[in-house]
Amino acid sequence: MQFSTSCSPFTPANTSVNQLMRQVLIALLPALGTMFWLFGYTVLLQLLLSSITALLAEALCLWLRKRPIKVHLFDLSALITAALLALAIPTIAPWWISVSGTLFAIIIAKQVYGGLGYNPFNPAMAGYVFLLISFPQQMTAWQSPFLFLPLSDSLQLIFSGHLVIDGLSSATILDHIKTQLSLGLSLTGIQSSALFGNIAGKGWELISLAYLLGGLWLLYRKVISSHIPVAVLSGLAIPTSIHYLLDTGSANSALFQLLSGASLCAAFFIATDPVSAATSNSGRLIYGILIGLLIYIIRTWGGYPDAIAFAVLLANLSAPAIDFYTHPKPLKQQL
Amino acid sequence: MIKQWKFPGGIALGDHKQTTEIRDTALPAELIYPLLQRSDCYATATVYPGERVLKGQVIATQKKPLTTPVHAASSGVIKEIAPHLIAHPSGLTDSCIVIETDGLDEALPANPCLDYHLETAENLRIKIAQAGIVGLGGAAFPTAEKLQALQPIHTLIINGAECEPYISCDASLIGSHAQQVVQGALIMQYILQAERCIIAIENNMPATLQALHEATSQESIQIVSVPAIYPTGGEKQLIKVLTGKKIPANSLPTDHGVVCQNVGTAFAVYQAIIQGIPLTERIITITGKGINHPGNLRVKIGTPIKYLIEQCGGYSQNIQRLIMGGPMMGIALSSDDIAVIKATNCLLGMTNNELAESQSAMPCIRCGDCSTVCPAELLPQQLYWYGRSGQLEQCQDYQLFDCIECGCCDIVCPSHIPLVQSFRSSKGELIIKEKQAAQAQLAKKRYQNQQQRREKEQQDKIAKAAKRQAAIDKIKAAAAKRKTQGV
Repeated sequence: MQFSTSCSPFTPANTSVNQLMRQVLIALLPALGTMFWLFGYTVLLQLLLSSITALLAEALCLWLRKRPIKVHLFDLSALITAALLALAIPTIAPWWISVSGTLFAIIIAKQVYGGLGYNPFNPAMAGYVFLLISFPQQMTAWQSPFLFLPLSDSLQLIFSGHLVIDGLSSATILDHIKTQLSLGLSLTGIQSSALFGNIAGKGWELISLAYLLGGLWLLYRKVISSHIPVAVLSGLAIPTSIHYLLDTGSANSALFQLLSGASLCAAFFIATDPVSAATSNSGRLIYGILIGLLIYIIRTWGGYPDAIAFAVLLANLSAPAIDFYTHPKPLKQQL
Repeated sequence: MIKQWKFPGGIALGDHKQTTEIRDTALPAELIYPLLQRSDCYATATVYPGERVLKGQVIATQKKPLTTPVHAASSGVIKEIAPHLIAHPSGLTDSCIVIETDGLDEALPANPCLDYHLETAENLRIKIAQAGIVGLGGAAFPTAEKLQALQPIHTLIINGAECEPYISCDASLIGSHAQQVVQGALIMQYILQAERCIIAIENNMPATLQALHEATSQESIQIVSVPAIYPTGGEKQLIKVLTGKKIPANSLPTDHGVVCQNVGTAFAVYQAIIQGIPLTERIITITGKGINHPGNLRVKIGTPIKYLIEQCGGYSQNIQRLIMGGPMMGIALSSDDIAVIKATNCLLGMTNNELAESQSAMPCIRCGDCSTVCPAELLPQQLYWYGRSGQLEQCQDYQLFDCIECGCCDIVCPSHIPLVQSFRSSKGELIIKEKQAAQAQLAKKRYQNQQQRREKEQQDKIAKAAKRQAAIDKIKAAAAKRKTQGV
């Protein structure tokens, strides 16, 4: 009897890109659920908008590049970019914000560079920075938490923009502190503001905890290794703590910093994107610490209230150099 | 309990093992013996077509000392010495001796030895070599050569860690012949004068462990159960686990005072020394969903695979691949018209469901899992990039030749990149390149020699001409002188 042959190993791989990405998507569910509870249908609409845009843009690019469309759409990487972007932009932003941001992320930041595996920058963060620089007004008007918007209001708000609701938008806590500090107010005075919850921004701290939950699940499932999250969080927490001890008047505690903005989301979901990160374990530690440090620096002295996207892009830029210096070149002979 | 270490990398695989009683196989009509023993190592036939041979008779030998002869596994007549398909990944044909068996199974008289302690180590080694014993774990390296250590050996390891899924021939051998395996191990320990002897078994085989413990209750042999992490049965990995020693790529375990032998080899040594019969049979696992009645069979070396499959109830309908060896490192055979050799430990019939789907590889997402699981501590991802872009020197710098092709990186790669295949091809290219470089070097040397020779000839010629000219001049001068004197 004749048989076809192939090369060993014959046992199938126990994982796939699709499987990894699917788990990342699942791990985003707690954060999505929390945001739905806090903001209502707006967040779902943003997610829907960016997902559809991402899939269409990806399919178009693959078709233009003559690549197998089905295989690459099915790898779910475009959906992750869409989801991260949708969760990062203000939920009440008009529809063209998420559409243009996603188009930039998929077409310019991902496909132009060669698609999955070849993008030097995290596509979602590139899209976010594109939006933040181009449309600062829309990108800084955040919906107030605990203001649950039903579907009809959400649709109206996102697609026509004409909806007047009292207290619809409010500054984020990081933004608030930044402006108040610049006005010369003391931190203790600022902290009595209604925006404050238990530790960080009211409502926002819950979202951060939801990201932490998803991130821990990813660690448990071994989808990500602990190097980058630990490095990012310590890179942020250590200088913050030192700063806090030296200057309690205007500096925030490390716990506040970790639970504010997208620190936890960045540590577990954004910085851990393997394509744009460093590859060796020591390289990943350096890469993560760099992100944490940059978040601290930009938040403390930078012009933008939140710093994640810039920090991640700058670290993406240095990943090849980190790799070059940290690759453990196998030793000739170690006796 | 002795202290254990951990080797780098490795993965846990499902074992798929069925340790069954060993079944005997009927005598096949033909036995086929390839003359190719290992890569680039041929034996020379010592029989002629038409000659009658007995079981245990040498039919092919190698010239070098301690190399291993091939023995007929049953009596019969040499039918031909002709090209035949051999077990090779590229489906090559090569010269094989074919014996038409006569069904009498008439054997040469055995040469038993009651007490091996009365023999010298050298004599025992020669006996082992003459019995045709090679490493039965798969590498088929001559055992006698491995037992001739230049350094003093402190540890002999008997490798019973069958880390590849499906394979259970060693476990079933221990199950039925634990005493003999232990005896074989003791003989090898005696030859090596090793201080200690360890038999290593994976910790998912409690019955095998039990059998060994019972067999060694009187002996000084240590039985160790090692964690079932693939590839713990690899020689260097097992040595690391049991001794903590890392054997570098360019040295042998013997350089570090350790010798590793397979369980099947220990049994063959017992048979060769105590019973005095050469290696003509071995235990083979025939398994997989593609086989109707899988099991462990006692098989005459040289038996055609086709015949063995018939003995196992034939193929099931959906068989896709026939593999010699395990699912991680075995080779896919193009046909079952191939005979089993000494190194054949398993025949695996895989169906589509068990096989790696031939889905297209996705781009590398740089997750780095491949280097985490690599037992040789390599960077498969870098090797893959360098190999793909033809930077073979970089591949060598990144220790491509340390790769043992265990396949761990392929299993964990989320992008399903055929890494091992790419490494093999890079290795092949490098070997070809090296051969070409050696040839070019040789040609250059020849050319230079020729140039030198020509130059020398030319110089000789000139010198000769000059000499002759000088002589002529001398004669002429003399003649002229005579002339003037005469005048």
